[in-house]
Amino acid sequence: MSAVDEPSVAGEFPDGAAAQVDVRRLRRQRRAELFAALRTSKTFLVGMLILIFWVVSALGWRWLVRSPQAVDTAATLASPSADHWFGTDNLGRDVFARVIAGAAPVLTVAPLATLLGLAGGTTLGLVTGYYRGWIDDIFSRIVDALLAFPLIILSVLVLASLGRSPRNVILVIGIIFTPLIARTVRSAVLVEREREYVAAARLRGERGPRIMVAEILPNITAPILVEATIRLGYAIFAAATLAFLGLGIQDPSPDWGLAIANGRAYLQIAWWMVLFPAAALATLVVGVNLVADGLRRAIEE
Amino acid sequence: MGRYVLRRLGLTAITLVLTSFAVFAAAEVLPGDVGRTILGPYASQQQVDQVNHQLGADDPLVQRYVTWAGNFIRGDWGESPIQHVEVRPLVLDRLKNSLILGGFALILIVPFSVFLGVIAALNYGRTLDRVISIAGLSFVALPEFVVGVVVIVIFAVKLGWFPTSSQVPSANPVDIVRQCLLPSIPLMFVLFGYISRMARAGTIEALRSNYTRTAVLKGLPRRYIILRHVLRNSLLPTITVVSVQVGYLVGGLVVIETLFNYPGIGQLILNAATGHDLPTLEASVLMIALLYTAANFTADIVTALLNPRVRLAT
Amino acid sequence: MSVTERQQAVRIEGLTVAYRRRGQLLRVLDDVSFSIGAGEAYGLVGESGCGKTTVAMSLMRYLPDNAVVESGRVMFGDEDVLTASATTLSGWRGDRMAMVYQDPGTALNPSIKVGEQIAEVYRFHKGMNRSDALAAAVHMLETVQISAPDRVVRRYPHELSGGQQQRIMFAMALATDPDLLVLDEPTTGLDATVEAEVLDLVEQLRTQFDASILFVSHNLGIVSRMCERVGVLYAGRLIEEGPAIDLFREPRHPYTLALLRCMPRMGMRKDVDRLDPIPGSLPPIGVDIAGCVYADRCPIARDRCRAEPPPIEPIAPGHGARCFYHEEVPGIPVLTRPPDEAAAATADGVLLKVDDLVKAYGSAGNQVFAVAGVDIEVGRGEVLGLVGESGSGKTSLAKCIVGLLDPSGGAIEFDAADVTSHRRGREARRRLQMVFQNPDNALNPSHSVRTILRRSLQLLAGVRGKDRQDALMDDLARSVRLEPRHLDVRPSALSGGLKQRVAIARSFAGSPSLVLCDEPTSALDVSVQAAILNLLVDLQRREGVSYVFISHDLAVVRYVSDRIAVMYLGQIVDVGPADAVFEAPHHPYTEALLSAIPTLEPGGKARMKLHGTLPSPSDPPSGCRFHTRCPRFLGDVCVNEEPPWQSTTDGERYRCHIPPEELARLQAEAEPTAREPDPAP
Repeated sequence: MSAVDEPSVAGEFPDGAAAQVDVRRLRRQRRAELFAALRTSKTFLVGMLILIFWVVSALGWRWLVRSPQAVDTAATLASPSADHWFGTDNLGRDVFARVIAGAAPVLTVAPLATLLGLAGGTTLGLVTGYYRGWIDDIFSRIVDALLAFPLIILSVLVLASLGRSPRNVILVIGIIFTPLIARTVRSAVLVEREREYVAAARLRGERGPRIMVAEILPNITAPILVEATIRLGYAIFAAATLAFLGLGIQDPSPDWGLAIANGRAYLQIAWWMVLFPAAALATLVVGVNLVADGLRRAIEE
Repeated sequence: MGRYVLRRLGLTAITLVLTSFAVFAAAEVLPGDVGRTILGPYASQQQVDQVNHQLGADDPLVQRYVTWAGNFIRGDWGESPIQHVEVRPLVLDRLKNSLILGGFALILIVPFSVFLGVIAALNYGRTLDRVISIAGLSFVALPEFVVGVVVIVIFAVKLGWFPTSSQVPSANPVDIVRQCLLPSIPLMFVLFGYISRMARAGTIEALRSNYTRTAVLKGLPRRYIILRHVLRNSLLPTITVVSVQVGYLVGGLVVIETLFNYPGIGQLILNAATGHDLPTLEASVLMIALLYTAANFTADIVTALLNPRVRLAT
Repeated sequence: MSVTERQQAVRIEGLTVAYRRRGQLLRVLDDVSFSIGAGEAYGLVGESGCGKTTVAMSLMRYLPDNAVVESGRVMFGDEDVLTASATTLSGWRGDRMAMVYQDPGTALNPSIKVGEQIAEVYRFHKGMNRSDALAAAVHMLETVQISAPDRVVRRYPHELSGGQQQRIMFAMALATDPDLLVLDEPTTGLDATVEAEVLDLVEQLRTQFDASILFVSHNLGIVSRMCERVGVLYAGRLIEEGPAIDLFREPRHPYTLALLRCMPRMGMRKDVDRLDPIPGSLPPIGVDIAGCVYADRCPIARDRCRAEPPPIEPIAPGHGARCFYHEEVPGIPVLTRPPDEAAAATADGVLLKVDDLVKAYGSAGNQVFAVAGVDIEVGRGEVLGLVGESGSGKTSLAKCIVGLLDPSGGAIEFDAADVTSHRRGREARRRLQMVFQNPDNALNPSHSVRTILRRSLQLLAGVRGKDRQDALMDDLARSVRLEPRHLDVRPSALSGGLKQRVAIARSFAGSPSLVLCDEPTSALDVSVQAAILNLLVDLQRREGVSYVFISHDLAVVRYVSDRIAVMYLGQIVDVGPADAVFEAPHHPYTEALLSAIPTLEPGGKARMKLHGTLPSPSDPPSGCRFHTRCPRFLGDVCVNEEPPWQSTTDGERYRCHIPPEELARLQAEAEPTAREPDPAP
């Protein structure tokens, strides 16, 4: 579009309408460029494909496979066959059905935990980054102290006391994520708050909360989005690990981490009990990470 | 430099106090009654209360923390009410076992990851870079127990090269590899992802810097530019990353030691937490925090020594 | 001497370069040809985005990965730099061709001692061993006039000042006595007095070395001073080329002429002269233009100009311009009329009174005083110019006044009300506003222009209701000459000049009484700057508003200001009516600032040199703060005693131990020729 810096003094704006169209086209073009970058990113596409596969499984396993709880007493620990593609477990349940259905618990717990951490972390990050001062100092020390604990140990501590339920797993992961996401948000806020549009907002008398939400937040959505996808990967990782350690979801859920923990005892005789859930988990976390990386690259460009 | 070290030391101390209090508080709010745990379900409530009182379990939290911290510093870490052994030798022994395993993984993977990260950066945008980056990206996402069961199925069950569960190795190098290699592979996967990514990013940044442009336009040989001008600046941040990974490593050890039934501190922590063995839990988690802060402190100092900007500041 | 008479060191032939972006090729250089004679300094000028850095980097063959050389050659002697083998090239670089860039702070390796960085050149190109190379480096540092070179070689870059760092870069570049020296904006980003020193150094080095120089700069004054011949780049095309004197005296391309006319020259005043802005803005990078690239903005463009690209039309030996109608160029009339009313902006009454203002950063014991006791007054309808180098505390002072910072001490009185604290009522906020330096930063990128202005109308003018806001918004937009179509866009869709108009409109939403302008044009191209300055002057006259106008460009400050205050290390050292401050007698620091300005007039005069570097505000010198650098240093009295305020007959006050009569005598000696306004080209 042609921008005129010293328009005619008469104040006639003959090409106004044409410019309107131009502007809208420009905005659409920018969004289209982001999509184009994503479409051409093999990393993103492969990751998205994997993710979609598991989301479909998580939502539709009832209609897609036989019941994951159905017990075939005649065929316990049966090796993979035409009838049981992935074999059966020690109770005679179909491993294939359990692997497909196993996407549901993990894809419930992890996104909810991520959302919880995102809500808390964004709020905390905005407040500490914008106000700085003693709130920020205390926060930084707490994060340092928190990081000194391996996260799994922290979850172990908390879950051992709160009790083992999916709700508590969501809570624990979400709460642990809060300061970590807050740290990312905070560093983005620290950059933005020094930009002069924030000073201009203060000069016209905007209040702190409004500056944080209406002025700063819209400009840091990109790093928050990337952080959220990365965290989703970690949440899957953490939820599966907790299930494996026996601190998360309990039997008879088809959860993959749990399945691997149960299958350990049969490693020598029924490798399919652990290998297929392990492969499922591996593809999901790798898929999410590929999406996160593709997104990060596209946004950074 | 002196002031810098003192400042870092002060911050480290504050973090440690906060951490130790958090460890203590978190462990103490675990439901489950110490007295009840010791005496079992058939003891009367009166007996339980009496035991609790003897152990000081009914004092206010801060008072108990001060007592505990004082004892800890003096070397009196208490006795495990579950295992009925002294906590200190138990924790230190398990810590030593974990250090062997973790150290083994670190020594193998750090140079390898840094090397591949730098190679990827030097081949930025080419196939080799994509392969290394995607591998790192995928490995970092794999939970340790997933990789763990896969390597067990392949190398222990199918091929029979390694035991399915690992013992503490003797000083014999063959034994160390036999016992430690399999359990450290899952840890190395994750570490490779983190470290190679940081080494790559740091090197790319240094390669794009204005001072590298200056060096190229001075007509210096490429090898010399990379070794003298690029790597020194690009690998500084990697030191910090490696030290932060010490924290991760312990978390990974909880899983790995459980999977391989290896008597390390991770397994100890898990069992102590689920079994309400408070003195053991507190002491071992605090040791982890201590280790982590010490690693970070060392990394800060090493970084400062290599970075004239910090070293020369008063 | 024309090029043909002497040997050509470098010849660029038909260079056409494009950048690949999302699969598209965006052309940044189109058929650029010129040559540089042996020992000659060739200046390449143009606004940002015109392709001048691409030319410089092509010479060194150091283009970004996504650059594509579509055609052309860069002949260095008999060989083409663009096709030379990698070995040949690295043999040339640093030996026969060298470069000095903008921003020396990042161009030196932070973890290697500077001596070693210079020594590397000797080691790899001259085969010296380490100790010989280091000795040679020390010697080279003497050549670039660094004091105590044997100590400096052991320093790391961050321990040196910007000026010293750039000297190191020159030492490194000239170490091997190269045939070609490429200087890419070597003084941009440095303070005026440091810039002057570096330019002096380049002039002196030219007497010792005989390298051909390509001097790339956006600053016409610097290029006219440093170079024998000049090329003007516009939108990737070389539109005019010729001997510096001819080109600046009688430009033959409409763009060159407009560029010269739109710059405020020293001595121009807003109540007498009006700046002549260039209409329109630069074409976006990579856009395909059939005819002359300047046709859209050109006052004499005809159909032919839009249809076919003009060739270089010869004007005189060595002087040519890409314009079909170059003969008409000298007759192009000045576009804008001089101001109608002889401004009646006489100050009546004090609007702002700042009393012993102090702003300290850091905690007790480790404090840095950015503002160390400043008293200033601004009258109603008055423009106070505020001048000083980076670190002088100008911006901190401004932020205290508008209430973005809380002062550590002192008082600020605005229209007889106390506004010292940053907590102030709506009325004070409405009447005290600020225009920031960088419009890219100052407008929220995720809000539309309409949202930005509406919020200001609501909060500052207290206008509620969408309809009323919209009605007022049109007036507001028109007052800064924004068109309605600009309102529904986000700032990123606007050019720099338009963004700054939005920012100005925003600060004027509540009809302010005082607006602080913090370098409002320094992020803009010169061709846009004039339009913004005109706008600010118009608004001030129409609304009777006062400005505190901060700028490092003395000509700009002189143009807009009624009174001028000069700051040094957190204190005002010189203040008074604009004419009086710029004329002797004035504070020695003001004298140094004025003598640092590169002007378009040919033939320089002896420049006043400052000693040393700017002291740290955390540990200011005793007595007179300027004594460590003062060229008129008297002795112990300056070190031990704070200087008194001295008053001159023309209403100026300055802080110095030298009385006005004495100072007037000294400064007259140093400057035999009085400063006349440059004749308009």
